Amino acid sequence: MSALLGPDETILAHLELDLDKTLRFARGLVLVTDRQLIARSGEEPAWQAFPYRAGLHLQRRDHAGVASLELVDEQRQLARWRHTLGKDTNARQVLDHFEQQRDAAVSGQPVEAPPAAICARCGAPLVPGQDDCPSCAKELYTPPSTWTLFRLWRFARPYRGQLLAGFILTLISTAATLVAPYMTMPLMDEVLIPYQNGQPLDTGKVYFYLGGLLGSALLAWGLGWAKTYILALVSERLGADLRSQTYEHLLKLSLEYFGGKRTGDLMARIGSESDRICVFLSLYLLDFFTDVLMITMTAVILVSINPWLAAVTLIPLPFIVWLIHVVRDKLRHGFEQIDRVWSGVTSVLADTIPGIRVVKAFAQEKRETSRFKDANQRNLEANDRVNRLWSLFSPTITLLTEVGLLIVWGLGIWLVTKNQVTVGTLAAFLAYIGRFYTRLDSMSRIVSHTQKAASGAKRIFDILDHVSSVPEPVKPQHLTKVEGGITVERVGFRYGNRTVLRGVDLKINPGEMIGLVGHSGSGKSTLVNLICRFYDVGEGAICIDGVDVRNIPVSEYRKHIGLVLQEPFLFFGTIAENIAYGKPDASREEIVAAARAAHAHEFILRLPHGYDSLVGERGQALSGGERQRISIARALLIDPKILILDEATSAVDTETELEIQGALDNLIKGRTTIAIAHRLSTLRKADRLVVMDRGVVVEEGQHDELIAKEGAYYRLYTAQTKQLDEQLAERESEE
Amino acid sequence: MTPCNFTLIRNPFGQLVFTGAEGDVHEGVVPVRAFGITAPDEGLALVNAHGKELLWIERLADLPEGPRQLVVEELANREFMPVISRIVHVSSFATPSTWDVETDRGNARLVLKGEDDIRRLNQQALLISDSHGVQYLIRNRQALDKPSRKFLERFL
Repeated sequence: MSALLGPDETILAHLELDLDKTLRFARGLVLVTDRQLIARSGEEPAWQAFPYRAGLHLQRRDHAGVASLELVDEQRQLARWRHTLGKDTNARQVLDHFEQQRDAAVSGQPVEAPPAAICARCGAPLVPGQDDCPSCAKELYTPPSTWTLFRLWRFARPYRGQLLAGFILTLISTAATLVAPYMTMPLMDEVLIPYQNGQPLDTGKVYFYLGGLLGSALLAWGLGWAKTYILALVSERLGADLRSQTYEHLLKLSLEYFGGKRTGDLMARIGSESDRICVFLSLYLLDFFTDVLMITMTAVILVSINPWLAAVTLIPLPFIVWLIHVVRDKLRHGFEQIDRVWSGVTSVLADTIPGIRVVKAFAQEKRETSRFKDANQRNLEANDRVNRLWSLFSPTITLLTEVGLLIVWGLGIWLVTKNQVTVGTLAAFLAYIGRFYTRLDSMSRIVSHTQKAASGAKRIFDILDHVSSVPEPVKPQHLTKVEGGITVERVGFRYGNRTVLRGVDLKINPGEMIGLVGHSGSGKSTLVNLICRFYDVGEGAICIDGVDVRNIPVSEYRKHIGLVLQEPFLFFGTIAENIAYGKPDASREEIVAAARAAHAHEFILRLPHGYDSLVGERGQALSGGERQRISIARALLIDPKILILDEATSAVDTETELEIQGALDNLIKGRTTIAIAHRLSTLRKADRLVVMDRGVVVEEGQHDELIAKEGAYYRLYTAQTKQLDEQLAERESEE
Repeated sequence: MTPCNFTLIRNPFGQLVFTGAEGDVHEGVVPVRAFGITAPDEGLALVNAHGKELLWIERLADLPEGPRQLVVEELANREFMPVISRIVHVSSFATPSTWDVETDRGNARLVLKGEDDIRRLNQQALLISDSHGVQYLIRNRQALDKPSRKFLERFL
């Protein structure tokens, strides 16, 4: 390859192709040097070189996850290279360098020093020649570890004192329960068997041993109560902490995360799965501990009484351990699957219940029922699969323990006939073994609960491990006083594989009102979402007063932004609470003042409890215009420097719009405002209109200028007025 | 039968040029399938660079030979949905997980961001979107070999 390059020719940018011309996976390379563009696609035998000349253009397009880079001159397409969007950052660099170098070669002027490279994802400066930001690449692809249950320790730490106390209590209470069988040995050998052989009954010994049995039982009872109580208390708290922390983390994640998740699934994870972990910790883990302790202690006692018998007793143990190991893996997949299927069931509910009006309006109750039944059926199937294995597992363990017992009986009788052990010892042994095997049995049962809890923990840690795609800055810059100037520089963004914004440039002065217009899907709302930092830009930057928004702490930044949406969302609570949502410590005077300015005061007073009236889940008792005015009051109360009106008046009729307009006029005074409106008439007050089309700004200027230009805005405007005229005419003819 | 009152040619820039019945010329015309997955060969549209529909094609077979060839070519150029024939290895059963797969377009490596990115098309077929938005198709998961099914099972 170096043969292709001239002496002291330098490579400025490169793009590794991962597709060939026929869109098969294959490697290739596109290089931009200071003299030419060199490339070889996967299937081509030789390199192609294109020295810079006038008229040479490089174009980039993408569709459905695949991008293409086309080299054209005035007459024809010279070459085309394909790659997946994973290589997109490199492709853009190739494009940038190509243009600079071509211009330099054509004009003979040397290239101006290229701007310092920054990571397109996080904006961190990059070392020259490095294409992927190390911090971004690292963040995405590291899967969470599988030792998830141990990670619960992070939540257990605050309770380690209680946990230790619980553990010690467990130890003592287990020991106490083991006293009883030990006493049966002297009871039999020293009391019962001598009596049977004709000696008188030693009543003192009988009382002593019976008293001992009762005492140990009472002690075990008391200690057992204490340990269960303490540990249950701790595990409940632990579960509660886990839930709240997961929720807290969830709310910090960007809108991108919520866009990709189903509500029902998230609800299941935070609700029932944290509960399951909690139950596991409080009941089963405790049992498990007790079992392990009991088994070890029993084993020690057995060996101390008679090593031979003990050895025989322990024969089934390795089999059981092996069985547990085999079954465990299978069960874990099974339970993970059940969890997923179960969230599918909840998702159906979360889908249909909010949309119940649509379901009823189209009479699709049957269809929805069958959708639910399908999900339920899948749940059943997943459970059946696990149960098939599970149902075989428990009886097998029981069988093994029964066989073990049989062997002990047999060996025991033989040893008694040989006078190697006493009858009392054998009796005590059998009593211990009974306990031993029940414990082993219950320990094997715990497998399923452990696996359930582990898969639940995994799904919760899935949320906890998810790094927000709107990260907090490493070195935050603070805004002391916000002027409200916004600069949008070459901003690009895509949702999945759909490019929504491509190189948007926009400068908004402090206090200016901008009207964003364009067809739906032209990228207006996306641009606004980026300015609010609900998402981070794919490339380019958005700056407030010259500071990149990614360098400002998220919550601090959002304090300066007021947002009024098309569908105002009211939370369940009083009107006053809803108005003070962004500033919970607002005084009553402030709330009333905001409501007045939003022209909401009067209608609020007409409600039965005034500002204390409750509004429902979606504020159903209020009309669209009323809800909108409450949300305007909400935005007014936090007194933001930057205001965003996203189709604030689109959902209401023209009369209500006039009412709201008064409120809006109050709102925009002295603030940098970005208004999106479908109805162009609502943007009369705008200082400047920005017309967007398919992800780029196509026109900017005032209404009259844009009309005179007869461009995109003119077409939008005439289309709307024509529609309006038609509607008017229609109405007249009806009358 | 779609009436053939238009012409479709490919210009030297590799773009399709459509000339309608009224002599209107559109460069950079793109064929789009209306039901890309469920009925790929029925219901196609030719749209211009502004996304406006120029021609609705009921069935691909209805087109005369010349234009059909061009449309098929252009579709092949645009469409990219590798069909997974084998899952060789997955890095972990927890997401994000990196999969090495064999597809009809060669071997590839994809990053699955979450289980939600696996979409069930019907009982057997699955559509998997990777972290960069490339979509991989599994036509019949029962027809995959056993190790692949095992890998897949863990994510369903």
